[in-house]
Amino acid sequence: MIVPGATLAEISTAPGFSFRQYLVCLKGILIREGLRFLNQRERFISSLVRPLLWLFVFAAGFRQVLGVSIIPPYRTYVLYEVYITPGLCAMILLFSGMQSSLSMVYDREMGNMRTLLVSPFPRWFLLVSKLFAGVTVSILQVYAFLAVAWFWGVRPPLSGYLLVLPALFLSGMMLCSLGMLLSSMIKQLENFAGVMNFVIFPMYFASPALYPLWRIQESSPLLHKICLANPFTYAVELIRFALYGQVDWHSLLVVLGCIVLFLGGAILAYDPSTGLLVRRQDTGGNA
Amino acid sequence: MLRKLTLLSIGFAGATSLCSPAFAYMVYVSNEKDNTVTVVDSTTMEVVRTIDVGQRPRGITISHDGKYIYLCASDDDTIEIIDTATHEIVGSLPSGPDPELFVLSPDGKTLYVANEDDNLVTVIDLESKGVLAEVPVGVEPEGMGISPDGKSMVNTSETTNMAHFIDTATNEITHNVLVDSRPRFAEFKPDNSEVWVSSEIGGTVSVIDNSTREIKHKISFEIPGLRSEAIQPVGVRITADGKKAYVALGPANRVAVVNTETYEVEKYVLVGQRVWQLAFTPDQKTIISTNGVSNDITFIDVATDEPVQSVTVGALPWGVVVSPN
Repeated sequence: MIVPGATLAEISTAPGFSFRQYLVCLKGILIREGLRFLNQRERFISSLVRPLLWLFVFAAGFRQVLGVSIIPPYRTYVLYEVYITPGLCAMILLFSGMQSSLSMVYDREMGNMRTLLVSPFPRWFLLVSKLFAGVTVSILQVYAFLAVAWFWGVRPPLSGYLLVLPALFLSGMMLCSLGMLLSSMIKQLENFAGVMNFVIFPMYFASPALYPLWRIQESSPLLHKICLANPFTYAVELIRFALYGQVDWHSLLVVLGCIVLFLGGAILAYDPSTGLLVRRQDTGGNA
Repeated sequence: MLRKLTLLSIGFAGATSLCSPAFAYMVYVSNEKDNTVTVVDSTTMEVVRTIDVGQRPRGITISHDGKYIYLCASDDDTIEIIDTATHEIVGSLPSGPDPELFVLSPDGKTLYVANEDDNLVTVIDLESKGVLAEVPVGVEPEGMGISPDGKSMVNTSETTNMAHFIDTATNEITHNVLVDSRPRFAEFKPDNSEVWVSSEIGGTVSVIDNSTREIKHKISFEIPGLRSEAIQPVGVRITADGKKAYVALGPANRVAVVNTETYEVEKYVLVGQRVWQLAFTPDQKTIISTNGVSNDITFIDVATDEPVQSVTVGALPWGVVVSPN
């Protein structure tokens, strides 16, 4: 019988592992995440269907057949489906990040989480490995989506497919760590529906994923300010520029900053001695 | 070690020279509204300078040696001559009233000008700068095309809806071919076998057999999500190998790529708003469109038929020509 709390803290902070041992741990977490993904085919299909619906149905309705005005990184006029593709890539990462967090809430409820957290490896390493595994899986989903989009006529330069990888990784890390931070605050699986409504949708809609920022600014200066305060905005733009072989330094800095903030927060929250998790469990126990 | 480095650097220099971009041509764009000609470098795709010209510049062409630009200053009722070395206006030609579009003969000696308000085609000798002949044609003449051998010329009249074939030896009309509403442009196929005439309101391109002088095919255009009235063919250009034709579709904001064997539209290339005229670079690697309403030009890669870049020029860009060297 494993008792959460101080004992866990003692075990999880045991020092002195070799690099190889760390790799074994990372591999274990990666395989687990990969297996979970492979065993849940519907998860893969739904992760692909969602952006494709946006691309095929939504973009067709809002087609703007005469082209979207030129804005960087585009050097000429583009169709609406070309414009929203980077936003849809970011949407996959967002949903996937949140889903990964959802799985942590589930794991915690089912007790699987304890198996992971009683591991003698440092807690931060376990969390980063989990993040890494989640992001890897979501990047695969993005590439599957980009492959389908290619047949739909969305064809960024070939080099863009490679150059977008670091942007996808960083954006994925940011969104996954945000999800992890949020998951630490959620006690029950049911509460996650709230995250969908209060986090995912507002983040997605208040961003340049669907409309260029200049157009948002024209229609609502307030919404424009909200968009600028939304980290997802910078993930979308980072991916958009990278897909066309450019670096949006401003977005890159914001995304890096957010990773540090969210990941730091998540590590703190999951820290057995100081974390929110313990406090919540305590509160839960007292209630 | 030093030798290896030298060899490496020579190899690198060789590789860079092989990868260096194509020779820079100058692209000249007439801007109808702000009375200027914009000069754009075809390699950097950047505006090099802007030349002030006469009122309402439209038709633009260049001498075969690349030394002079001829420009229809429609509201000044003249054709201006611009020196490409100094970018100064160095003279003018007696065009007749409201010159809109013209074509240079293959030998570079004669200019055939459509005078929109006067229902005339004026034939100008470039050496003496004198009028050789005036050919009465239909109402509102505009499109001008000349056969590769220089023996026949086609003028289209917007209101009469005709393509007039003119014998350049006698300067007389030999055939009139009725085409769809408001014919704007005429272009001969490089092998002299066909003449392609675009009809702006009719929304078609008529392919006229040059031997029988009869329409052998009509090309129509269809863009999903766009009403047919918005598809208005204007400028037409055919590649030197005669395999592909590019048709500017006006407010459809697209250039159609047509297979000249099958007459099927292979692709619609998205460009700026109200695409009007087209011009190839001499190496035929790029075709450039003028986009009147969005005040820019779009460079299209001919190999892939993908738009590469749009460059802002003056107000209401109309015509375009590229230096031959």
